[in-house]
Parts: sequence; C-alpha cells; structure tokens
Amino acid sequence: MANIELRNVRKSFGAFDVIKGIDLDIRKGEFMVFVGPSGCGKSTLLRLIAGLETITSGDLIFDGERMNNLVPSKRGIAMVFQSYALYPHMNVFDNMAFGLKLANSTPTETRKRVEKAADMLQIGHLLDRLPRQLSGGQRQRVAIGRAIVRDPRVFLFDEPLSNLDAALRVATRLEIAKLHHDMRDVTMIYVTHDQVEAMTLADRICVLRDGVVEQVGTPSELYERPNSLFVAGFIGSPKMNFLNGRLAGAHGCHTLGIRSEHIDIVDESAIWRGGVIHAEELGSDNYLFVDIGAQDPIVVRQAGKRQIPYGTKIGLRPVADHLHRFDERGTPIR
Amino acid sequence: MTIMDTIKSAGFYLAVAVIVLVAVFPFYYAILTSFETGTALFEVNYVPSSLDWSNYATILNNGTFPRNVLNSLFVAATTVAFALFLAVTASYALARVRFRGRGLLLMTILAVSMFPQIAVLAGLFELIRFLNIYNTPWAMILSYTIFTLPFTVWVLTTFMRDLPLEIEEAAIVDGATPWVIITKVFLPLLWPALVTTGLLAFIGAWNEFLFALTFTSSETTRTVPVAIALLSGATQHETPWGTIMAASVLVTVPLIALVLIFQRKIVAGLTAGGVKG
Repeated sequence: MANIELRNVRKSFGAFDVIKGIDLDIRKGEFMVFVGPSGCGKSTLLRLIAGLETITSGDLIFDGERMNNLVPSKRGIAMVFQSYALYPHMNVFDNMAFGLKLANSTPTETRKRVEKAADMLQIGHLLDRLPRQLSGGQRQRVAIGRAIVRDPRVFLFDEPLSNLDAALRVATRLEIAKLHHDMRDVTMIYVTHDQVEAMTLADRICVLRDGVVEQVGTPSELYERPNSLFVAGFIGSPKMNFLNGRLAGAHGCHTLGIRSEHIDIVDESAIWRGGVIHAEELGSDNYLFVDIGAQDPIVVRQAGKRQIPYGTKIGLRPVADHLHRFDERGTPIR
Repeated sequence: MTIMDTIKSAGFYLAVAVIVLVAVFPFYYAILTSFETGTALFEVNYVPSSLDWSNYATILNNGTFPRNVLNSLFVAATTVAFALFLAVTASYALARVRFRGRGLLLMTILAVSMFPQIAVLAGLFELIRFLNIYNTPWAMILSYTIFTLPFTVWVLTTFMRDLPLEIEEAAIVDGATPWVIITKVFLPLLWPALVTTGLLAFIGAWNEFLFALTFTSSETTRTVPVAIALLSGATQHETPWGTIMAASVLVTVPLIALVLIFQRKIVAGLTAGGVKG
C-alpha cells in the first residue's frame, strides 16, 4: 500500500561505498525486482529499505513519510529471508504469531490472522509442527506466511528461492506470483541474481551494478531496449551474442549485440558464415553454436528441427530491426 | 586374524577397565570407609565388611553440617544465576553488537581468568571488607562469579556467534527489542551451552576451598569443603576419617545427580540444535 521513493540513497561500510546514490520510485502495489550480479549491492539496498542497515545519506520515503530513522517494525514491512530464518524452537503457529504477540494483539485476533494466512498458503495442517519437521518448500511457505500475518504495506523478499531445488523453485515462484495477484495493493520488492526469476515475476526490474542503477523498466523494455551493454548481456537467456571488431565495424558500432532468436539461418544473402561446432537440444528449442570468426561462437536458435551435422558451414543473417549497437563506453546507438 | 582381533578388543577393554578403576576407586574407597568405625577404618579391605550408618548419623547431627550444605547450595546456585545472567547479556553484546574495542575487551576478559586465586586473594579480601560482606555468603558469591565469568562469557559468545544472523533479523522485523531477542529467541537455542557452563560454574563453586576458607570465620557461614576440612575428632590428635568420608560422600552425590540429569539434557539439546535455518 505504499509508494516508495529513494532519493540519492548512499551506504558505506567504513571507507567502502556499497550503494552510490540511488534514485528510484517504486509505485504502490508494484512488484519490483532488484537484480544484478553478486556484490552489486542489491541485498544491501533491500536491507536499507527494511531498516536492517542504517542509511549513510539520502532519503527513504514511504507515502511521503521519511523512514530513515524508523526501526524496521514501525515501517510496515515484512521480510522473507533466504534461509527462511524461522525460529527453530517455536512451532509454525508461534513462528507466525510472534510478531503479533510482540505488538500486543489479542489471542483471538492473532489466531484469526494466522489461520487466514495459513489457509492462503495451504499450511493449515502444519501449524503444530516445528520447523525441523518441515521440508524446504514448506519452511519457505511458513516464512511467507509469517510475513503475510504482519499485514505489511511493503513485502521484501531476499533471494527467497535460492535454497530450494529446481522443481520447487518454479512452484514457489508461481506461489509468489499468485500472492502478488491476491494482494494487489501491497508493494513487493524482490531481490535475486537470477534473471529468469526477475523476468517472470516483475512488473518492473531494477538492474543494479556496483551500487548504481543501470536501468529500470518492465521486463520487455529491458529485454528489447537495454540501456547499456551490461543490461543487454545480463537480461535474457541464452545471453545476447556480442560481436566486436570488424564484424561490429561493418554495422558502424564498437559492439554489436544480437539475440539468438533474431538470427535466421539462410542459404543466400547470408551476412555471416561459419561452421556449427556444438548444438544444444532442449526439446522445445535447438541452440546452434556457430564459429563465424568472432571471439566466442555465436548462439543461434534454430526454428525447425532440422538436424545439422557438426562442422556444416551455414549462413546466418541477423534480423535488422533487432540489432543492438553499442559504442566504446557501452551506451546504445539508436 | 581372529586371535589378533580378540587380543585387540581384550586390550581395549583392559585399558578401559584400568581407566575406570583409577577414576572411580578413590570414591569407592571413600564410600567403603564411610561405613566403618573404630579400628576397622585402618584395615585394608576392598569389599564392604560392615554396613554401619553411624558416621552418617554423626555428621548429620553435627549441628552445623546441614547448615553448611545449605550454604553451599545457596552460594553455588546464586553464583550460577548471576554468572549466567551476566554472561548471556554480555555475550549478546560481544557476539552481535558492533562496537570499538570489542576484540580487546574479549582478550581482557580472558586475561582475568589467568590470575591464580592466591594472587588476588589479598586484594579481594580488602574489597570484601570494604563492601562489608565478610563472613557472609555474598563474599563467596562475588568471588566465584568473578572467577567463573570469563569462561562462561567466552563459551556463550562463541555459541551466540554461531546462531544464524537472519533469525535475529527476522525477530527485529517482527518488532523484538534486544531483550526480547535474548530471552525469547536466543535463550531457548542456547540451552545446551547454558547447561554446560552452568553446571561447570556450579561444580566450581561447590568445590572451591581457598576463598571459602578465607572469607568466612564462623561455623554457620562455612561452605561444605571448609566444613569437612575443619571437622575435628574427639581429641586433637584424632582425625575422624569415618565422618569425613561420610560427609564427602554426602556432598558428592548431589553433583553426580546433577551431571546425570543434565547430561541427558545436553545430549537432547545438542541434537535439537541440528536445525538448518
């Protein structure tokens, strides 16, 4: 239920600057994902918003109210941690009720809210269990339930899926997406290093790098119009192909980027030619790795299921509308 | 091959038997002696020859001995309570609060435990006279707490450092103050460490002799070790071995009981601590 504004927010640990002046608006009810490589400051930024770290300078504003000096419990936030962080000696009910009890909620009210949250997450039958008797996925649900019970205006997730195995990760991702649909007016901020999670969950993504914002936008904006070489390379799987030197020079730029699905395999009118050195079959897609004389082999998504033997020379032609051209500093030429 | 195995396991159990014998024999002999009177005391025997409870009757009707036991209980229990309270709060700060000079402070605390008792005896005596607690249980409680704290603080600090940081942060987000975090979140997780350090502090206070001898003057304020050492016989030249042994057995039994009770708790606590996250 909160508009969050960050105004030139900075954080230093001693002489080491982690967050180097961030300006960002997060809209009411939005699902915002902070994404970036490890050490980019995304978790620190989340912890600044949570109030677990103090802001060195700048303003953090929720709905026009400055939050810098408020303790976490007074900010109206709830947080889901990477390691679940359940209290090991309390059962699921007490884990979820702990915050309410500290806030002097009445027992009936507490029970009502815990049971409502437990029903939402289908963990009603686990309320008497201890965390160690639960599976990883159940623990994460309890952690989410504990956050829901607090009825927060801002929901913070710190890499909540990274301790789960691949299948569970997809399932829990879906749960979180559903949660966002059910709690339309709660602002959610989600930190991850996994760009697939970012793309699938976010209303908007904020790409961070070395403590500064590289680009903020919807997943498709970031995918289609990356504002820098870094974002272009970070968003999308498989990674965007980058060509340098002569191959890029031919298109009037320092670095030429092209995604694997925007390259056609053609016999005539080919721009690049090279031999197939490897192929990855993923069932739905085939990715060909073609050596066209660039630094790395270029990855091409193959439309049909035509088998191409290794070593075959093929011709490639990029789709002209989807070429990304960057200058020496990594800024796009449009 | 099988013969070698038999010899090996025989040797192993022989070694175990020797260790157990060396460890338990003195106490066993004390029990034997406590049931003997008169000249039987000075005859060497390894199996009970008589079951004479008169030494126990003597010591329990001695007048001050039951009082001494109560003194010991009070002193040891209060010492444990003080030491654990101070150590838990201190170790939270030392393990979790970032402040300047934390490492130095930890080293200083460790250094305190290096002083021999006898080196600080005179100074401590002055302090106790100054505080006007000479010849009261508080004299012993104060000095035992001082000597127990370094160890307790160190053990609990290491233990507390290993507790996951995210649990504490979750509690902060839930609105817990440091005091609530310590009492509601950390204490239940610290049980194994608390039991271990508490038990060691209790045993230390229960057995201590030098301070107890120095800081008390009247029979009614003495603790058990001093009381036993000062037991006297009918004449000045007689050492009442029978009653001494009966008293020793009486004061050892509570310790053994405590260790046996809490040993289970320690094991239970340690396995319960194996929770990931």
